[in-house]
Amino acid sequence: MDPFLLEALLNGVLLGGVFALPVLGLNLVFGVVDVIWLCYAELVMVGMYTVWFLHTQAGWPLGLAFAVCLPAIAVLGLLLHLLVVRPLLGRPPINQVLATGGVLFVLQGSATLVFSTDFRSLGVEMPPMEMGEVFVSGTKLAAFVAALLGAAALWAFLKFTYVGTAIRAIARDREVMPLMGVDPRRIYLIASAVGGALAGLAACLLVVQLDMHPFVGLSFGPITFMICVMGGLGNMLGGFLAAFLMGLIVSTGGFWWNTEMSYVVAFLFFILVIFLRPRGLFAR
Amino acid sequence: MTEGRNISAMGGTALGAAAVLALAAVPLLSLPDYFMHVLITMLLTAVAGTGWALMGRFGLVSFGHGAFLGIGAYTMALLWNLYGITPWIGIPLGVAAAMAVGVMLGYPSFRLRVVGHYFALVTLAAGEIVRILIVALRGVTGGSLGMTPQQAPPEAAFAAMQFGKAGFWWLALAAWAGGLLAWRLLDRSMSSRALAAIAEDEDAAASIGIRVTREKLKVMMISVALAALAGALTAQYRMYLNPESLAGLAPSLQIVFGAIAGGMFSPIGPTIGALITIGLDESLRVFFGTQFIGAAPLVYGLLLVMFMLFLPRGIAGLLERRPAARVPQPGPHREAAAPPGSLGEKPATGA
Amino acid sequence: MVGPNGAGKTTLLRVISGLIRPRVGTLRYGGEDLTTVPPHELPALGIAHVPENRRLFPHLTVEENLKVGAYAKRARPHFAARRDHVYTLFPRLKERRHQLAGTLSGGEQQMCAIGRALMSGPRILLLDEPSAGLAPIVVRQVFELVRHIRQEGLTVLIVEQNVAQVLRVVDRAYVLETGRVAAEGSAAALAADPAIRRSYLGVH
Repeated sequence: MDPFLLEALLNGVLLGGVFALPVLGLNLVFGVVDVIWLCYAELVMVGMYTVWFLHTQAGWPLGLAFAVCLPAIAVLGLLLHLLVVRPLLGRPPINQVLATGGVLFVLQGSATLVFSTDFRSLGVEMPPMEMGEVFVSGTKLAAFVAALLGAAALWAFLKFTYVGTAIRAIARDREVMPLMGVDPRRIYLIASAVGGALAGLAACLLVVQLDMHPFVGLSFGPITFMICVMGGLGNMLGGFLAAFLMGLIVSTGGFWWNTEMSYVVAFLFFILVIFLRPRGLFAR
Repeated sequence: MTEGRNISAMGGTALGAAAVLALAAVPLLSLPDYFMHVLITMLLTAVAGTGWALMGRFGLVSFGHGAFLGIGAYTMALLWNLYGITPWIGIPLGVAAAMAVGVMLGYPSFRLRVVGHYFALVTLAAGEIVRILIVALRGVTGGSLGMTPQQAPPEAAFAAMQFGKAGFWWLALAAWAGGLLAWRLLDRSMSSRALAAIAEDEDAAASIGIRVTREKLKVMMISVALAALAGALTAQYRMYLNPESLAGLAPSLQIVFGAIAGGMFSPIGPTIGALITIGLDESLRVFFGTQFIGAAPLVYGLLLVMFMLFLPRGIAGLLERRPAARVPQPGPHREAAAPPGSLGEKPATGA
Repeated sequence: MVGPNGAGKTTLLRVISGLIRPRVGTLRYGGEDLTTVPPHELPALGIAHVPENRRLFPHLTVEENLKVGAYAKRARPHFAARRDHVYTLFPRLKERRHQLAGTLSGGEQQMCAIGRALMSGPRILLLDEPSAGLAPIVVRQVFELVRHIRQEGLTVLIVEQNVAQVLRVVDRAYVLETGRVAAEGSAAALAADPAIRRSYLGVH
């Protein structure tokens, strides 16, 4: 096979890993709370700035900056739920989405005020690795592995803990949950915090790969929503698989045309999926 | 959904026409250029917002109206720069192009029952596609650096729609009046009731013979046309186009914000919204200068959240309620029929 | 508890388990007014409710359904013991414990729903139409189990359309009509009451 195509395929898988975390986080929150966080990518953006600030400005070691980023964005997710989403539960979904859209502007604006619109970069790069005929960015590979570990941790949480099992249950039937001794409001809080933590983890993985600016969320936010819908909103496994599918489309599209056209193709594919399989690619 | 009509009924066509005539006299006041500029921007923003709310109030929430601004504007500008076709013809063509894209998007969406979140995301994807295409086709569009319509020689300036602020004020005013007229005509027709019924329960509406796809497509076409018109006029007025302000998620959400803040259930709501958003923009610029460019989105965002929390029907919602409170409506279902800000569409259940 | 459709039987169960809050009136249980207790704390007080249509989590396995039933803090330490107890009551569930609940037969689903309710270690079990949609032979099994559960010392409040069968496994019965108790008494007495026989047992 053409080594460049092979490289594109490999990069597609790596990109899918990066998409996967925000998709899982968004899907978790949607599945449990039934509200779309339109500002999810902006939570990731705040996380990226947190890492950048702690590492390059405050001089903290990168690992420590990562370790702080996760809980910090988890708290941000909690606040988002308590201040904006909870008061709007039971309102029309569009009102909820627009409110989180307002938060999107708030976060972009705050980031602009604090950090200006300059592009920032962490300046951390791992040496590329040679795999047979192709070269793979070491940073991307490390991020991919971390993303998979994050996804695995989430899976274990959902599969083996009481709270995780309740989270999976509530996505299907929230009304009977009190009968199980489950306080749905508490589960909403936990899901929001976990969703935030996933955004924090995604931030750690993106900050080493992307230059950041206050509007960086707009570059991967829309595709994140689309992947969620393609996988079936609330369907974690579907979203996870769709992330890799989109990663492959974007990166092989970049091989045949160019990066921009590959996004056009990916978005057209998304629209087609909604028309043909509105409940997601993997709906039964 | 019917409250919106109170205000337009109160107004009446005569009053509306008088208001437009009075506004037409604004350039005669010889206001400072800066004020004229702000007023024109407000009016053009109001046109886009009116277009958005026209369908948004029926639960057809689009997060991609930026796309139609962009299609209108770039079609017009490219026709002028590449083929020398005047914007007088280019703008209608741009509007037509936007409507064509609108049909390509709307017809399958409505036919296949893509509603609620899903419709919003389809339009969001479309808006992004248009933005990326503009960037990708940088050979002709100038990419993210933007483009400038070519300057016409002075003797051909009018034919090229290149004139001063007064001219654009009148054009914008015409577009705005057209938008309000479309709103009024729609609300007087059966379509408005059909769309309200569809927003309430699509299946029930279809079962009593309402042609759901057709009605939705009709209102979307008017909405798209207004957005494209606003986009093209804005571009021609500024003599500058760029993808970030004319397509994609950011301008789309700004349109939504204006319409929501003003109140999307009343015909003048989006106009009030435009006064607020542009007024806010400009005053923040005046107060903070450019070193605090983040302040505007920050304040926007906070206001959007506040509106959703405390005033989901927007400023115009306040205006509606006051007469209603003084003269209680006899109908028992007044409140129950239209809860504040209700757009009761749940996520799609699939085709 | 028996009665015609719309008499308020399901509503009463839902009020007891906190899914609906009453506008007026109180609900006393062990000296406590249940209407002031948050609904998700009721299982900890010993009240378990098997809702109408079972409402299992179809995409979770049988064992995971049981696990959600043991969610309450006080129930968690007893998870393994109670699960094993449920499996001895319903050996079929043990065979299918890793199967998705949505793939179970109707009778198995009812058993799973009852098992899930037992996981909180209740003192009173509310059963809403446990026989609905089940084949006659399965209905008999379900009632047999109800009898068995009662023998373990649980109070069972059961709402049923299937009056003839339910009267055989209960001590007392109440006839609810349009929200009021129209008749009450021991199961045997009600089963002998000519009016009840005419209305509910199809005997003329």
